[in-house]
Amino acid sequence: MARSTSALGRSEARSGLLMISPTALYAVLLLAAPLATVVIYSLATGGRGVITWDFSLANYVEVWTGPVYRAIMLRSLIVALSVTVVTVVIAYPIAYFVSFHVAPSKKSLWLFLITIPFWTSYLIRVFLWKVILGYNGVINSGLLGIGIIDEPLTWINYNVGALVVTLAHAYAPFAILPIFVALEKIDRSLLEAGQDLGESKLRTFWRVTLPLSMGGVIAAVLIVFIPTIGDYVTPDLIGGGKLPMIANMMEVQMLKINNKPLGSAIAVSAMLIVALLSLAFVLVNRRFLGPAR
Amino acid sequence: MSNTPPKPKPTMIEFRDVHKYYGEYHALRGINGTIRAGEFFSLLGPSGCGKTTLLRTIAGFEGIDSGAVLIDGKDMARVPANLRPTNMVFQSYAIFPHMSVAENVGFGLRRDPRSKAEKARAVEDALEMVGLKGYGARAAHALSGGQRQRVALARALILKPKVLLLDEPLSALDKKMREHMQVELIKLQRQVGITFVLVTHDQEEALVMSDRIAVMFEGEIAQLADPETLYRRPNSKKVADFIGTMNFIPAEVVGETGGQIEVQVKGLGRARLEAEQCPAGRGDAPVVGLRPETLTLLYPGQTTTERTVDGIIDEVIYFGDMTYYDVYLGGTDVEVRLSMRNTPGRPILEVGSKVDVAWSASALVLFR
Repeated sequence: MARSTSALGRSEARSGLLMISPTALYAVLLLAAPLATVVIYSLATGGRGVITWDFSLANYVEVWTGPVYRAIMLRSLIVALSVTVVTVVIAYPIAYFVSFHVAPSKKSLWLFLITIPFWTSYLIRVFLWKVILGYNGVINSGLLGIGIIDEPLTWINYNVGALVVTLAHAYAPFAILPIFVALEKIDRSLLEAGQDLGESKLRTFWRVTLPLSMGGVIAAVLIVFIPTIGDYVTPDLIGGGKLPMIANMMEVQMLKINNKPLGSAIAVSAMLIVALLSLAFVLVNRRFLGPAR
Repeated sequence: MSNTPPKPKPTMIEFRDVHKYYGEYHALRGINGTIRAGEFFSLLGPSGCGKTTLLRTIAGFEGIDSGAVLIDGKDMARVPANLRPTNMVFQSYAIFPHMSVAENVGFGLRRDPRSKAEKARAVEDALEMVGLKGYGARAAHALSGGQRQRVALARALILKPKVLLLDEPLSALDKKMREHMQVELIKLQRQVGITFVLVTHDQEEALVMSDRIAVMFEGEIAQLADPETLYRRPNSKKVADFIGTMNFIPAEVVGETGGQIEVQVKGLGRARLEAEQCPAGRGDAPVVGLRPETLTLLYPGQTTTERTVDGIIDEVIYFGDMTYYDVYLGGTDVEVRLSMRNTPGRPILEVGSKVDVAWSASALVLFR
């Protein structure tokens, strides 16, 4: 009996492997192989298109100690974290409103309206923000026109703030949806129970609603943080080339200077930062999810 | 069981002409009545009768459109749910899934001035009271339905409310567990002495557990009485029909003398009823009601001091401890259901048998 089940188990495992093999192959070819290539490249030495396969950590030393690289990585981190905070802080009340104060029959309409920004290309939206925030943009010419300012504001264009505004606007729907789903799943009688046990509505929010929606908040944070730290187009267009982030630096190394090993080392370093921060965030928030999980 | 004679107890909850609308829908239509301190009170009725709405107006989750709800003499109109001296056991139990059992039970103690250790002891005591000693560290989501309910009870009772509200707390449990919890709730209520207000659609549950019951139909209280009165002397055909099984037989009022009412009952004959057997008329066609257990099937050779009528058995329904017989009375088309206890040596009779049925006028109730 045991023999036959184990034989059966083996054949099942075989057919299982066979079934996932196209997907597995796809994953290996398009994810693992390029990743391995990048890691191997990062250990070589290069410059001006020449690559020496000496397998040293020299590139990493340069990336982690060179002041330019450190400044750019720090900027990427600050931008990504700011965008994440701004986006989630804006998204939560919207998700809360749709979940708790919109009639059930109107909820899908609201979600549909929230996705409207996706109807236009991301590139066009970025350009529009450039038009709005630029030196001769809508805000500046408007304020100049009605005489509130004498010369164009410079702190709203070509700086980190402008980057954050643009990126936060682009990612807001991505943050709203997971938070909305988490809020929808909360049994409304739990909120009544909170009040029944003597807590005000605000206190009930802190003790019941917020902890129970943390799953959605974590999802929103990761969904916003991970793509923004590697964003390439926005810093280029909004920053006018003066505010490079990690991805822009990679482009310079890979294509303009043609130092693939150093570019690869930057890429791997960026990946490590994202992985560590995401992991740290998930672990910190375990606390919120409490002993129940 | 509620056989204690009703002592006059002070009023805990008072409804004064309470009206509630949901848009056009008139959910509560002038509720009046009082719930006494320390009483086990039930709101009984079919779904949609307004019983849960009424309970939620006590808790403060629903506002009212006119009238007043008073708890312990205070008008609750401007008192929000979190400041009312009531606690609720929700139908879904509403156990916080992100907290342990102890955190759930201690949820309402945040502003309690006692020390942490004292609060922990209070939580442990509350858990012990509901039979969950040592469960404090467990994750709330890992509990069974019955355990969740006990946590919900402990969480409410630890705050020592003046009134405990229970919204169909047993409906999610299986039959055995439900019957077990009914007895436990009665014991718990006696032990803590808090006023319990239970919402249920299960008439048996209400009869078993309550000191008094308000039967509700369509947003109104149809009758407010102790279980025995409700069962023996329902004040309307509707209440009689909702509580237990009742035979209804067409009748005719032939005379009223000195508080007594003489009726001609189809299939049974003439009967003289006392005034207490005849609740106020509603202008309906007169019928008398009688419970299955007040009728007795006479076996051959058996005699009785009661009046008898002959009949033919139309249907036999065997229940193990009881047998129900549907019997056509005295060659008429009047069919009644009667129940006989299956004592040893008493045979189950067959369909088509001719039998004598004993009855007494004092068991009748007249609805008209």
